[in-house]
Amino acid sequence: MAENKRIDHPTGTETVGHEWDGIEELNTPLPRWWLWTFYATVAFAIGYCVVYPTIPSANGAPGGNLKWSSREELEKTLAARQAELKPIHAALAATDISALPGKPELMQQAIAGGAAAFKVHCVQCHGSGAAGAKGYPNLNDDDWLWGGDLATLEKTIADGIRQPEHDATRFSQMPAFGRDGILQPAQVEDVTSYVRTLSGQEGMSASARRGQALFAANCVVCHGPDGKGSRTVGAPNLTDGIWLYGGDRDTIRQTITNSRYGVMPAWNLHLDTVTIRMLAAYVHSLGGGEAAPAPAPAPAGATAAATPAETANGGG
Amino acid sequence: MAEADPDITDSPLGQYQKRKSVFPKAVDGTFRRLKWAIMVVTLTIYYVTPWLRWDRGPYAPDQAVLVDLAHRRFFMFDIEIWPHEFYFVAGLLVMAGIGLFLVTSAVGRAWCGYACPQTVWTDLFQHIERAVDGDRNAAIRLQNAPWGVSKIARRLLKWSIWLAVAMGTGGAWIFYFADAPTLMHDFLHGTAAPVAYMTVFVLTMTTFIFGGFMREQVCIYMCPWPRIQTAMMDEKSLLVTYRHWRGEPRGSLKQAQAAAKTGAGTIGDCIDCNQCVAVCPTGIDIRQGPQIGCITCALCIDACDTVMAQVGRPRGLIDYVTFEDATREQAGQPTTPVLKTLFRPRTLAYFAIWGGIGLALLFALGNRTRLDISAQHDRNPLFVRMSDGSVRNAYTVKLRNMESRPRTVRVHMEGVPQASMWLGETGSREAASRAFEVKLSPDAVTKLRLFVVSPAGDGSRQEFALVVQANDDAAPSDRHDLVLERGGE
Ligand code: SF4
Ligand code: SF4
Repeated sequence: MAENKRIDHPTGTETVGHEWDGIEELNTPLPRWWLWTFYATVAFAIGYCVVYPTIPSANGAPGGNLKWSSREELEKTLAARQAELKPIHAALAATDISALPGKPELMQQAIAGGAAAFKVHCVQCHGSGAAGAKGYPNLNDDDWLWGGDLATLEKTIADGIRQPEHDATRFSQMPAFGRDGILQPAQVEDVTSYVRTLSGQEGMSASARRGQALFAANCVVCHGPDGKGSRTVGAPNLTDGIWLYGGDRDTIRQTITNSRYGVMPAWNLHLDTVTIRMLAAYVHSLGGGEAAPAPAPAPAGATAAATPAETANGGG
Repeated sequence: MAEADPDITDSPLGQYQKRKSVFPKAVDGTFRRLKWAIMVVTLTIYYVTPWLRWDRGPYAPDQAVLVDLAHRRFFMFDIEIWPHEFYFVAGLLVMAGIGLFLVTSAVGRAWCGYACPQTVWTDLFQHIERAVDGDRNAAIRLQNAPWGVSKIARRLLKWSIWLAVAMGTGGAWIFYFADAPTLMHDFLHGTAAPVAYMTVFVLTMTTFIFGGFMREQVCIYMCPWPRIQTAMMDEKSLLVTYRHWRGEPRGSLKQAQAAAKTGAGTIGDCIDCNQCVAVCPTGIDIRQGPQIGCITCALCIDACDTVMAQVGRPRGLIDYVTFEDATREQAGQPTTPVLKTLFRPRTLAYFAIWGGIGLALLFALGNRTRLDISAQHDRNPLFVRMSDGSVRNAYTVKLRNMESRPRTVRVHMEGVPQASMWLGETGSREAASRAFEVKLSPDAVTKLRLFVVSPAGDGSRQEFALVVQANDDAAPSDRHDLVLERGGE
């Protein structure tokens, strides 16, 4: 092989002596400084191995001389972020929630913080877009069982729904009219017919007329004589287009027969005031938030009348 | 040519090669003066540009050329580029690439010879070297001299000047990225950002090492341009060429006289004075033919022309000649006029593409709006049914005010006549209407949450548009088409 080495004439360079189908390779010398840069990279690699965790063992890589770890890096970043947020949280703790709209910047920060907290604590039931599901209220709309102004939202989130061990909790209870025998199945059927006329889903019928009398005797205490509900007791408005469990005959019949018992944790047992305040601000910002103080429970009629551009069709 | 130089083929080559220091001799001539001029112009542009001021009013920086990474803006005199307009920068880079094709196919490695920072700074460092160490011969003598007081003193002086130039070079760079006077003040007081010091340090060291010690090694071993440029040249590209058919066989004036007397063959024009080798900044011998080490700085042309003038022979023994002309000249055929070589289909095509992109960029620049609207429909939930049965859609609207002054703009809806809208932050459904007005901060994006409500429909979607018009503008400047969900069962 070495015998094949020859000096290539045009370049004056020695060949390496190999030949493949007439193709030869020049043995051009490497510049010496190139070699030194190679040694420098080797030195760098050794240095790197010394200061950073590099050599794997059964329990992860022991952390080099610098004791660096990505977990610690993350913790540091998070701590730095927490420190940045501190003044905002302090300001929020010191501001009553009803005063927030007067401080638009703080409000924006509260909404952003609330959006983050919502993703952790609330999406399991209300969904990541806060659109709810059957039995879990949609927080984007303008229908509120207990009220949609900031202070009310904050209280609802803090004290939760139907938490018997928590005294301040929101608690509304509808009798299981059918199951407990307060109403006979035929009567339940009649009340169902009447309830459906309230939202304009059905016209008046003989059954509905019978149901009207039963409604007056059994339901108006909470739902009011016109069926518009009451936020004081958390009774839903039966005249609008929004149904927590559904507005079809079957579902309404079931609701009247067995009642419903939706729950939400009392979040002040789990979260700090600032987080709850931010959550309230976020929920309020979703589009259905109301101004304080909560207006009389007649939202559908009021908003429809004030919005000339739309042709409200009452029920849905 | 290679055949004429037997000792190269004899020299044994090892595995590694030590760099041979090159001490180019000072030279004067047409190309040297051109190089001086280009050096003065390019270095002036580089050092002075960040200090130019440009009045943009109270809301924008007053630095003529500024790459504001923190705020993601690029200012260049009257032009302000936003991140979404980065295609202008991309266009300029494409133009630079095609410009390199154009120049290389026409005049070979002219970029390397005259304009490349590596060449310009190496040239500058070599001038400094000659000022301190003396011209070629003195410099070589000093190099070979044993280390003594005088040698150490000279080396320290030379390196200090180099280092000062290198620091100036590295220092100038950072001023392109922040307000120059402020940064200069902070830098000197030690309060500038660490990244500024890091950048200056790195660029100082690279300038010092590349310009002072690596020089032609960068061109030969580190830079990709020479290989790319070699691929872009053809037989009609200008090359620094030694007319060996005119110069060989070389011989001194005495040999030439002797040969003429005895009639023992003729001696060529090259008097073998080695001046072309002495002045070459990369230390090569162009008489061996075109080679990768030649950056076509043309200093050997100047050197050879000077010699030819002294011995009374015509200039151009070394000259810019195309490969095609070289062949023709040897065969005694007429050569192509220089203009015809420069303006040939290939260069004209490159020029057309280059100019076309340039014109397109200018056109785009003239037609771009400085007030944009874009909106994104909420996906989750897609729409919300309201208690009165109507349907609400929500959008995130971005208004881009790209002028450096605050503006009040009006946004209105086109289409879906039954719908009305309000802003999440400031409006309410009670005050919903078909248009809203907002004050936009100067040179900023304003993000708004927009609610649009309309009576429930049959589930079909409807299209509409948001149109933005500044109150001080005569016509709308931008629109964004959107979809409104009508919420069927
Ligand atoms: S080879 Fe590279 S570094 Fe050298 S002059 Fe040409 S472009 Fe510049
Ligand atoms: S051979 Fe001539 S043109 Fe090429 S680098 Fe040397 S001096 Fe410059």
